[in-house]
Amino acid sequence: MMAVPAIETIQLQKVFGDRTAVKGLTLRVEQGEVFGFLGPNGAGKTTSIKMLLSLIAPTSGSARLLGAPLGNLDMLGRIGFLPEHFRFQEWLTAREFLELHGQLHDMEARTLAQRINALLERVGLAEFRQKQLRTFSKGMLQRIGLAQALINQPALVFLDEPTSGLDPVGRLLVRDIIRELREQGTSVFLNSHLLSEIEVTCDRVAFIRHGEVVRVLEMAALEGDPTAVSIRARGLTPNVVEGLAQWGEEVVANGEQLSLKIRGEDVLPEITRYLVGQKVDIYGINPQRMSLEAIFIETVGQDGGL
Amino acid sequence: MNAHVFKSTLIIARLTFREAMRRRIVLTGLLLGICFLIVFSTGFYFITGEISQNTASMQANGVNQGITRIARVEGINMLLLAGMYAVTFLSIAMAALLGADTLAGEINTGTIQTIVTKPIRRASVVFGKWLGFAALLGLYLILMAVGTMLSVWLQSGYSAPHFLAGLALIYLETLMVMTISLMCSSAFSALATGGIVFGLYGLAFIGGWIEQFGSLLQNQTAVEVGIITSLIIPSESLWRRAAFEMQSPISGALGMSPFSTVSVPSLLMVGYAVAYLIAALAMGVWIFQHRDL
Repeated sequence: MMAVPAIETIQLQKVFGDRTAVKGLTLRVEQGEVFGFLGPNGAGKTTSIKMLLSLIAPTSGSARLLGAPLGNLDMLGRIGFLPEHFRFQEWLTAREFLELHGQLHDMEARTLAQRINALLERVGLAEFRQKQLRTFSKGMLQRIGLAQALINQPALVFLDEPTSGLDPVGRLLVRDIIRELREQGTSVFLNSHLLSEIEVTCDRVAFIRHGEVVRVLEMAALEGDPTAVSIRARGLTPNVVEGLAQWGEEVVANGEQLSLKIRGEDVLPEITRYLVGQKVDIYGINPQRMSLEAIFIETVGQDGGL
Repeated sequence: MNAHVFKSTLIIARLTFREAMRRRIVLTGLLLGICFLIVFSTGFYFITGEISQNTASMQANGVNQGITRIARVEGINMLLLAGMYAVTFLSIAMAALLGADTLAGEINTGTIQTIVTKPIRRASVVFGKWLGFAALLGLYLILMAVGTMLSVWLQSGYSAPHFLAGLALIYLETLMVMTISLMCSSAFSALATGGIVFGLYGLAFIGGWIEQFGSLLQNQTAVEVGIITSLIIPSESLWRRAAFEMQSPISGALGMSPFSTVSVPSLLMVGYAVAYLIAALAMGVWIFQHRDL
C-alpha cells in the first residue's frame, strides 16, 4: 500500500468573476518530498496555495492534504505556511510573535518556549528576541516568518517565495533549512521565482501555466548525461572544427570558443585526444547539462504564458 | 464545545485588546476623554456655583426651599446628562473606528493569512476580536462615565437615579456600533465601513430627533418615522432609554431638558437592540467564514 500523499489535488479550479485563475490543478506530492512549483507571473501559483490552505474556496475540484480534506483543523495543526506578501503584527516582539503562533497551534507552554529559542537561534534572530517586529528589516521579517511557519514542527510546509527580500546569506540559510526539513522527513511545497533555488533544493518540480500543470520533472533527470560541451581553445582551424562533427551536432566555432551538442559524456575523452592530436591548445572543456532555466523557457514559452 | 475553540477565541481576544491598547486610536480616545473630563469638571464647577447663587437669591426672595432645591437638582441633572451624552459619543466613535479597521485592515495587509491557516475556526477570529474590543470599550466607558459621575458627585453630592442601568444601556449602544462596524469590516474596506457606520449613526440621530419633535407636537407620522429609523439601527433609542433612566423624575415628567427624553423607547426596543447585536455578530461571522482571503 502506498503512503498517504502530502498533497493530492484533482482538477482544482478557481474562477474569479469572468477570470479563470486556476483552470484545473491536478497534482500529487509524496510525503517527505521537496516539491517546487514553477510558473510565470499570473499562472495561478499563489491562488493554488491559497486554495490548499483554505484561504480561498475552490470553484470546483477536490484536494486532500496529509490525507485530510481541506480546512480540517487537525490537518492544519500539522501544516506550516509562509505567505508571499505578508505583514505581521508589527507591535509584537519576535518572541511574542512566535508565542502567539505557537499558542494558536495549542502548543504546551514549556515545549513552545524551547521551540521558540531553538527557532530564533536557527534563523539567526536570537539576539533580537525582545525587539519589536516594526524595527525589523525585510530580510529579518522573512526569517521570523519562516520560524513562524515551522513553530509546530509541521509535516508539510508551504513556502511562498521564501527568499524574496533575502540577501545571499539569508538565501543560503533558507536552503539549509529546507535541506534539514527534508532530512527530517518533512514535505516542503516551495513556490519560487528563483530557478537556482529550486534547482538545488527540490526533488521534483511542476511547471504550471494558466493554472494547469503542464509538466512535472524529476530534478534527478537534470543530473544525467551532459547534452552539450563548450570548449575554449587556441589554434582552431576550419578543418579541425569540421572534424568534430563525427562526435556531435551543431558544431559552432567563434574565435576561441567552440560548442557542440553531444549524446553523452563518453565522447569527451575522444574529443580531447583528437584536439590535442591536431595541435590545438585547450584552456577549458565544460560539459553542459540541460538547465532548469532552459526547460522553464521551453515549457512555459518565451512569452511567459501571457 | 471543543476546549481549543474556546482557548483560541481567548487568544485572539487578548491579542486584539493588546493591539488596540498599543494603537494611537485608543491613546487619542483616552486623551480626548481626559480633556473632556477636565472641561466638564471645570464647567460644572462654575455653573453649579451660579446655580447656588441663584437659589440663594431665590430663597432670600422668599421662594419655598423645596422648590429651590428642585431647581438646583434639575440643573445638575441636565449637566450630568449632557456630560454622559458626550461620553457616549466618544465611546461610539472609538467603537466604530476600532471595528472598522480590524478585519478589513488585516485582510488588506495579509496579516490574517497566518492566523486563519492555524488550526482555529474563522468564527473564533471574529468572536475573539469582538470580545477584545468589548472589554476595551467597557473599560473606556467605565473610566469616562464613572469619572463624569464622580466629578458631579464630589462637587455637588448629587448622584443620578438608575446610573448603572443607564451605563449598561450606553454600553449596549457602544457594543452595537462596534458589532455593526465589525460586521461591515468583514465584507468591505475600512474606509467604506467607517462611512457606513457613521452614516447609520447619523440616520439614527436624526430619526431620534424627528421622533422627539413628533412626540412633542403630537404628530404620529413623525413618531413612526423615528421608530422606523430605530428599527434600522437602534443606537439612538438606546441612548434615549439610558437618558430616561438617569434623568430626574421631574424633568422626565415635564420633558424640559434637551438631553432628557419625551418619547421613551420601550423595553421591547432594548430587547430588539440585543437581538440586533447578536444578528449582526452572526452575520459578520458568516461573511468572514465564506469569503476568500
